Amino acid sequence: MADKPSITRAALRQRTLGWGLRVWVAVVGFVLVAPTLVVIPMSFGAGSTFQFPPDDWSWRWYGEFFGSKQWLAALANSVQVGLLAAVLATVVGVAAAFGLDRARFRGRGVVRQLLMAPMILPGIVVAVAVYGVFLRWQLNGTMLGFVLAHAVLGVPFVLTSVQTSLAGYDPVVEKAAASLGAPKLTTLRKVVLPIIAPGVLSGFVFAFATSFDEVVVALFLQTPAIKTLPVKMYESIVLEIDPTIAAASSLIVVFTTILLFVPTFLRRRSHHD
Amino acid sequence: MTDDHRGITTAHVTKAYAGVGRPAVDDVSLHIADGEFMTFLGPSGSGKTTMLSMIAGFTPLTAGSITLDGQEISRLKPHRRDLGVVFQQYALFPHMSVARNVAFGLTQRKRPKAEIDRRVTEVLELVGLSAMRDRLPRQLSGGQQQRVALARAVVYQPRALLMDEPLGALDKKLRDQLQREIARMHRELGMTFLFVTHDQQEALTLSDRIAVFNEGRIEQVGTPEDLYERPETLFVAQFVGESNALSLTPGEVTIVRPERLTLYTRAEPVPSGHQRVSAEVTDIVYVGDHSRIWLRYADGARGCAVLAAGAVHEHRPGDDVTVAWHPEHQAAVPAAERAAV
Repeated sequence: MADKPSITRAALRQRTLGWGLRVWVAVVGFVLVAPTLVVIPMSFGAGSTFQFPPDDWSWRWYGEFFGSKQWLAALANSVQVGLLAAVLATVVGVAAAFGLDRARFRGRGVVRQLLMAPMILPGIVVAVAVYGVFLRWQLNGTMLGFVLAHAVLGVPFVLTSVQTSLAGYDPVVEKAAASLGAPKLTTLRKVVLPIIAPGVLSGFVFAFATSFDEVVVALFLQTPAIKTLPVKMYESIVLEIDPTIAAASSLIVVFTTILLFVPTFLRRRSHHD
Repeated sequence: MTDDHRGITTAHVTKAYAGVGRPAVDDVSLHIADGEFMTFLGPSGSGKTTMLSMIAGFTPLTAGSITLDGQEISRLKPHRRDLGVVFQQYALFPHMSVARNVAFGLTQRKRPKAEIDRRVTEVLELVGLSAMRDRLPRQLSGGQQQRVALARAVVYQPRALLMDEPLGALDKKLRDQLQREIARMHRELGMTFLFVTHDQQEALTLSDRIAVFNEGRIEQVGTPEDLYERPETLFVAQFVGESNALSLTPGEVTIVRPERLTLYTRAEPVPSGHQRVSAEVTDIVYVGDHSRIWLRYADGARGCAVLAAGAVHEHRPGDDVTVAWHPEHQAAVPAAERAAV
């Protein structure tokens, strides 16, 4: 029994994709990704309209982006909201994952569904509901409001990824640590958290990315004083179309892509050393 | 402090769970001497693991007390008890190398780095895993992982080593090998070992003394020989080794071990001074160096005799035989209403 997992893993590693499947994967990948990648060359165009491929190349629109107080303020807001919301979602999500994993209580399923609801409910429904409630609580247009709303949207990601980590986690290691002389807090810090760290980290990253490109709720909560990057982009498309938005899009695409590879990279490293 | 205070003493230890009829552990008083190899033996649900868990500090007591070297420990948190524990499923830290796993207890005790290095090297040598010190647990086989767990639990010289079915997850060959290694470690370290198992063969092989658990109580505590030759209850007689349970006197069951029986045909004379009963041979199994003769006694009870090779040829299934034994090889236990095993 003890040796079974490694045998299975070895068998999985040996199974490679056939050529037909490889081509199909490449086609699907291209169809999914290509439209997004088009904005990158467009953002380096020199003209003042969208062109693909551009006639002339320049850094002009990046200059425009980084020279604009409004764009930079929106970017700063997005980063700040994203980080705070991700931290909050991670704390809540990790605690919830442990609670659902350890405690056997009536209504466990209901609690889990409730925490997952933001992922399943249509964004516009959530947005209207949040708007209505926050209006009464006077949270509209405040940093706190953005953070709370986005944290709720991030919780399902943290919950799922931490629950996955916990599924392969043997709680007996905590008893082992205790028997070896480690108090509860030390056990948490040196044993439990390192083991579930990949799950926590990927939950954090997904929660951040969710907040960073969330537009529907943010549109409802925004005021002229505080708006996030996606809101600013949406406005710029509606009001004053110019290729600065292509530069902004490119930045987001590159940034989130790098971000989403971080957990994969860390997980691979921890499996191969 | 006298030697009587050394070791582990439990007094009237009880564990009851709300809403469950019978307590999991029911008023168990026991002394485990310093340096002794004690085994808790019993079927699943007999309370042996709960008992170990209470000594380790993972399960709170409902009543009673546990002292370790004269100190009351039953209210101490597990990390304050200074015991080593080995679990059935190894419970190694998957993100730490073998060396870091083994060093964990020493690190917690804030020993100097040089001492930690030296002790880790020594103990890995003791379990024969020096070459594996930088591997991760998942890169080791089950047997190797359990050796790391053993090393991790003894490296800081705890006051006793507790093992909960440590060989349960391993196959037969590895189990035999690790049994010998555990016995060797006990000899070399001179530490108190407390071992929990449901495997009577394992218990007989390893232990100085065995406590047989049944339904939350201890049926008998004694050396392997005590339990085998002089069982005090029907349960012990039937759980430890094989036995012939004969109702010769009212209120009492006479226990005779299979290898103590001799079979005679009806015509043959039985030596004087021997006890005898008649039985029918139901089956004969030839096992090379010995043969196993299955018997049905006159009262319907089943039993068996183990005879050395060559002593069997005259018996056939269906034969009526006289079963005889010397009275010094029998043990009398009170007749119990519950049948065991």
